[in-house]
Amino acid sequence: MMFRHLVGAAVAAVFAVVGLSGAAQAGATLDAIKKKGFIQCGVNTGLAGFSVADSQGAWTGLDVDICKAIAAAVFGDANAVKYTPTNAQQRFTALTSGEVDILSRNTTWTLTRDASLGMMFTGVTYYDGQGFMVPKSAKIKSAKELKGATVCVQTGTTTELNLADFARANKLNIKPVVFESLEESKVAFFGGRCKAYTTDASGLASIRSKDAPNPDDYLILPELISKEPLGPAVRRDDVEWFTLVKWVLYALGEAEESGITSANVNEMKSSADPNIQRLLGALGDMGQKLGVDNAWAFNAIKQVGNYGEIFERNVGQKTPLHLARGLNATWKNGGLMYAMPVR
Amino acid sequence: MTAEEATTPQVERPPASVAGPWGWARANLFSTPWNTFLTLASIAVLGWALPPALDWLIFNAVWGHVKPEVCKQADGACWAFISEKYRLILFGRYPFKEQWRPVLAVCALIAMIIFSCNRRFWRAWLGAVWLAGLAIFGTLMWGGVFGLMPVETNLWGGLPLTLILAVVGVVVAFPLSILLALGRRSRMPIVRSFSVAYIELIRGVPLISLLFMASFMLPLFLPNTIKINALLRAQVAIIMFTAAYLAEVVRGGLQSIPKGQYEAAQALGLGFGQMMWKVVLPQAIRAVIPPIVNTFIGMFKDTSLVAIVSLTDLLLATKQAISDPNWRAFFIEGYVFVAFIYFIFCFFMSKYSQHLEKSLRAGERR
Repeated sequence: MMFRHLVGAAVAAVFAVVGLSGAAQAGATLDAIKKKGFIQCGVNTGLAGFSVADSQGAWTGLDVDICKAIAAAVFGDANAVKYTPTNAQQRFTALTSGEVDILSRNTTWTLTRDASLGMMFTGVTYYDGQGFMVPKSAKIKSAKELKGATVCVQTGTTTELNLADFARANKLNIKPVVFESLEESKVAFFGGRCKAYTTDASGLASIRSKDAPNPDDYLILPELISKEPLGPAVRRDDVEWFTLVKWVLYALGEAEESGITSANVNEMKSSADPNIQRLLGALGDMGQKLGVDNAWAFNAIKQVGNYGEIFERNVGQKTPLHLARGLNATWKNGGLMYAMPVR
Repeated sequence: MTAEEATTPQVERPPASVAGPWGWARANLFSTPWNTFLTLASIAVLGWALPPALDWLIFNAVWGHVKPEVCKQADGACWAFISEKYRLILFGRYPFKEQWRPVLAVCALIAMIIFSCNRRFWRAWLGAVWLAGLAIFGTLMWGGVFGLMPVETNLWGGLPLTLILAVVGVVVAFPLSILLALGRRSRMPIVRSFSVAYIELIRGVPLISLLFMASFMLPLFLPNTIKINALLRAQVAIIMFTAAYLAEVVRGGLQSIPKGQYEAAQALGLGFGQMMWKVVLPQAIRAVIPPIVNTFIGMFKDTSLVAIVSLTDLLLATKQAISDPNWRAFFIEGYVFVAFIYFIFCFFMSKYSQHLEKSLRAGERR
């Protein structure tokens, strides 16, 4: 795909220019957001559990809820969000050109993106990693046994590159069979075109449960061959906006760690614990330091829920995706979610 | 014997091998061994492909409102997916409670198109009808007046978006293409070079890159204060692209007009405008109706490329419907459904162009 590379190069060149010139203005984005009264949020055009339009055209998903939480923190209204669906190629341009204020679109945090695309990642909302699925009949128990195997993979993402890296590092001589769309690659795999299927672990579980003719015939291999920390990113022109988004994420995590949910947040406000009081705005001026109302975290938790609630509602065990918390549990439960102290 | 047959002289009926359905089949389907072979082969292919297709499409299909689990048990198509998602597919993310507005807007647009197909209405006032029609469409879709809730263009989607991109694309690109075609044949060097440069430049790049430039590169170069509507940017890209292609079609038509026609018009004392409008263009356009409609049909389907700049046209809305994890196993049904919608419109255009060709050639028939 020569065209894609050329566009990529051109876009990267423009980013460099915009990144340099944008750094001087501080507070521009947050001020503009407050003035217009809503947040323009860049989401995926359609990814189950993360951002997907329901039958009535309303957006739902984990990435969508993050934008809602931020809107609740800024305006006290989780619905003060407008969504711009973006695809993989255009998402960064949409952010740096000012089309969206925040990109909450299952985007992997990498050095190149953080350092050279004119954007900053604010945190991790989902720790993902690339895995493999095989039919049980193939008697494969580990990704290391995929020697010479054909592997169905979707093109245009880091998935394809990770697979190549993994094959080279382990001298596996894997033969990738590349497909343009998710549907094609799934149909090919379940039709027996490849020995294994690879994509992010978050996708594998749902593909097994929803698309396999019989889910019990398929096995997800234990190895994750890449780190895919997904999180929202903002433009490099406003450190205050960056800080606010970062702390809304921490507040959602802190709420889960302290047992504050959308159901009990009203009672928790009168808790004796000063940490909880500070978070919910009963004590101190945490919100004002961020340039928003003191009830910022209270509103976000009340209207959207803590991180655990957001997770379970969109991708958890009761959803079609059936994802376990795994790495996304709080650090107290053996996961990686660790909120910085709100004080 | 009835009375009538008894009184009228016996008329010899043509033998069954010549007239009637059997005669027709003999003459058309089995006239030569090769023809017979082709007929039998076609019947065999149909017999092989049609029953399973019909089984899937109709007889084993699941209709009505049911849960996706029910569909998984069935062998046929899951039209329940369409029952569940048709509003998302047809209208995208347009506010759910306001979706009667795009319904009316689409009806108004289609009614206007059908009205304009009648040649008797091809008068100057048709332009006013179109302005009124587009105003109705815009009012219904945008709202903000007469107590209608305002709806921004980034929430427009599905069929109305596809139709408006195509209709405005045709209506604006067509006159533009005539100007470009005339410009390319002009004797004025600047006009000619501009037309040539425009046509060659635009035809030289794919529509996707034009859309990409308009939607994502352009805002990077403009100051932050200037924000051009995303729909407008895509619409302009489509117009520019279609105009370049159509200009070459029209130029082909212009070249088919013999020099004598120009000379005759000039001899009658007609000016350039009158000569073109009354003598040359009517003949030239008539000669190239098939390629013009061809371009229109291609352009209608090309509007689906706006999905790449995240405008929720019919196809992207379908993709969004498919991304629901509960229903995504039924993506084929989704694509068949939109293919059917695209087919209806394209088939209508193609039939209409045949009709137009026939009626415009009426004078040449003997």
